[in-house]
Amino acid sequence: MSVATATSDRAPISATVLRVLRRNAWLLGLVVLLAAMLLLTRIIQPTYGAAGIDSLARAALPIAFAAVAQAVVVIAGGIDLSVGSMMALTNVAAASMMHRQGEEFGVVAVVLTLILGIALGITNGVLVVVTRVPDIVVTLALSFVWAGAALLVLNTPGGGAAQWLKDLPVGGVFTEWVPSAMVLLLVCVGAVWLPLRRRRSGLALYAVGSDRLAAFRSGVPIARTKVLSYALCGLFSAMGGLALSAATGIGTPTPGPYTLLSVAAIVLGGVSLAGGRGGLLGCIIAVLILRLVRTDLTFLGVDPNYATVIEGLIMVAVVMVGAVVALRRKPA
Amino acid sequence: MSVVEGTTSSPPPAWRTADAWQRLFRERPIVPLLVLLGALVVLYQVVQPGTISPNWVGSIIRNAVPLAILAACQTLTMLTGGIDLSVGAVASMAAYVMATLVPSQGPVIAIVVALAACGLAGLANGIGVGIFRVHPLIMTLAMSLVVLGLMTVYQLIMVAAGSRVPPEIRTLGGGTSFGFVPHNLLLFVPLAVGIMWALRRTGFGRLLYAVGDNERAARLSGVRVWQVLVALYVVSGLLAGVAGLVYVGITNVATVTLVDKYVLTAVAAAVIGGTSIFGGRGGYAGTIVGAIILSLLTNLLTVLQMPEAARQVVFGAIILAVAAAYTRITSEA
Repeated sequence: MSVATATSDRAPISATVLRVLRRNAWLLGLVVLLAAMLLLTRIIQPTYGAAGIDSLARAALPIAFAAVAQAVVVIAGGIDLSVGSMMALTNVAAASMMHRQGEEFGVVAVVLTLILGIALGITNGVLVVVTRVPDIVVTLALSFVWAGAALLVLNTPGGGAAQWLKDLPVGGVFTEWVPSAMVLLLVCVGAVWLPLRRRRSGLALYAVGSDRLAAFRSGVPIARTKVLSYALCGLFSAMGGLALSAATGIGTPTPGPYTLLSVAAIVLGGVSLAGGRGGLLGCIIAVLILRLVRTDLTFLGVDPNYATVIEGLIMVAVVMVGAVVALRRKPA
Repeated sequence: MSVVEGTTSSPPPAWRTADAWQRLFRERPIVPLLVLLGALVVLYQVVQPGTISPNWVGSIIRNAVPLAILAACQTLTMLTGGIDLSVGAVASMAAYVMATLVPSQGPVIAIVVALAACGLAGLANGIGVGIFRVHPLIMTLAMSLVVLGLMTVYQLIMVAAGSRVPPEIRTLGGGTSFGFVPHNLLLFVPLAVGIMWALRRTGFGRLLYAVGDNERAARLSGVRVWQVLVALYVVSGLLAGVAGLVYVGITNVATVTLVDKYVLTAVAAAVIGGTSIFGGRGGYAGTIVGAIILSLLTNLLTVLQMPEAARQVVFGAIILAVAAAYTRITSEA
C-alpha cells in the first residue's frame, strides 16, 4: 500500500520532469550543442580559455540583442526587417549625443537612446496595425527610413562614447570566467522580459502569435499587443545599438548585417517563424553557437568566409529538422 | 418594388461611383500606377524644367530594366506566396563568375557557366521550398548566405586571374543607340512579353496563381505543387543571373556584392506594382511600372541633390504609402 502511494506520488514528479524536459527539448539540445562546441574549441586550440570566452561574449553582444529583438516580434506573429537599421540609428544617436560630453551625461544619453528605440519600435508597430500592410513590407519600407535617418544624424562614422559604457562589457564579473558582456546581456534582457513573460501582456504576445483569431475571440487586445511586440523590438535594438557604441566607441551610420543574422539566430534558437513558439534564451545560445563556428574555423585555419556558408546551411538544416519533427509529432 | 426602381433610376449616389473607382483600382492596378508615374514626371518638369528629353527617358529606362528583371523574380515567387531574397547574391555571382571567366574561357562559356551556377542556386532553393517545405524567406536568405560565402572564397582564389567585362555585355547592358534607346531593351522586351504571356496563357503561369491563392485546393485538384515550386525557383535564379549580367554591363565592374543593395528595391518594385506578398494576386505589368517609378524617383532625388539620407527616407515612405493604399483598396471589397 505504502509502496503504491509512494510510486503514485513519485510518478507525477517524474512526469513533470519529463514534461519540462520535453517542452524545453530544443533549449536543452542547444545547451548541449554549445557545451560540445566549447569542448571542441578547447580541443582544437588548447589555449582557448577565459580570454576566448570573453571575446566570444563581446563579439556576440550586438548580435544577441538583435536576435532577441527579432525573437519578440516573431513570437507575436510578425517579422521586423528594420532591426539592423534601428541599431544603426540608435548607435549614431547615442554616439552623437555622447560626443565630447562628460561621463555623467552618458547616462542621460543612454536613457534617451533607449527611449528613441522604443519610439522607433512603436512607430513600426502602429504603422503595421493602422495600414494593415503585411509586417514584412512595412518593416522593409521603414528599414529604408531608419537607415536614412541614421545618415542624417551622422553622415560619416564618428561621434563618441562615454568611457564607462566602453568599459561595461570588458572583463569578467568576480572571476575572469564569467564575461561581463554575457552578464550584461542576461541582465538587460531579463530585466525587460522576465517580469513581462508571466503577465497578461506577455502571454498575449504568445497568444496573438499562435492564433490571432482565437486570441481576438478570447478578448486579447490584438493591436495593443502587436505594438507592444514592436516596441520591445525597438528597445532591444536600441540596446544593440548601444552595444555597438560600447564595442567601437563611435557611431556608424550604415546598418550592419544584423537583420539577417537575427533571423538566422532565432531560427536556430527554436523560435517558429509562424509565431507563438520559442523563447529568448534559446536565441542567445544560438548566437553564441553561430559565433563559435566562426572562431573554430579560424582556429582550424579554414577561410572564415566558409562560416557564412555554414551559417546558411545550419539555417536550412534546422528548419528541415524542425519540419520533420513536427511531421512525426502530428499523427500522435 | 417601386421604391427600388426609384432608387435605381436616380443618378448613382456618391458611394456607387466610389465603388466603381475601387473596382477599377482593384482590377486594373496599372491605371493608378501610370497616374502616379505621370504625376512624378510632371513633378520632375516643375522642379527641374528642361531636363525631360529623349536622353533622359533613355537613362531612366536603362536603369529600370535590370531592376525590373530582378523584380520579376520577386513577382513570380510572391505569386505563390513566397519570396526570393537570394537574388542579390545570385545576380552578383552571375556577374562575378562571368567577369572572372572571360579572360581564360571567352565570353560565351563564361556566360553559360555563370547562368548555370544561378540555375543551380535556384534549383537548391526550389528543392528546399518545394520538397522540404522550408519557409521561402528562410530558404532564400540562407541560400544568399551560402552563395555569398562561396563567392567570397572564390574571389580569393581568383584574385590573380583578373576580371574583365566583355564589350558584348557592356553594349547590351549599358549601351544606347541614337543616344536614347537603351540596348538592354532588346533583351528586356522579349523577356517581359514572355513573362506576361506565360503568366496569362500558359499552364505554368496559371499554376503559380493557383498555388499562391490556395495551395491546398491546388494540390487537391491534382497539381504537383513541388514540381511547380522547383521550376519556379530555377526560373527565378536564372532571371536573377540575367539581371546581374545587365547590371555589370552598366557598372562595368564586377564585385561579389554588386547587386545586394537592389534586393529590397526589387521587392519594393513588385509590392508597388500591386503583387500581393501573400500570393495569388498581381502581375508583371504592374511590376515594370513599379520599377520605372522607383528608377525615376532615384533619379529625381539625385538631381535634387538630396543627400543619400533623405533619399532613403523618401523611398521608404513612398513604398509604405503605396502598399497601404493598395491594402486599403483591395481589402474593403
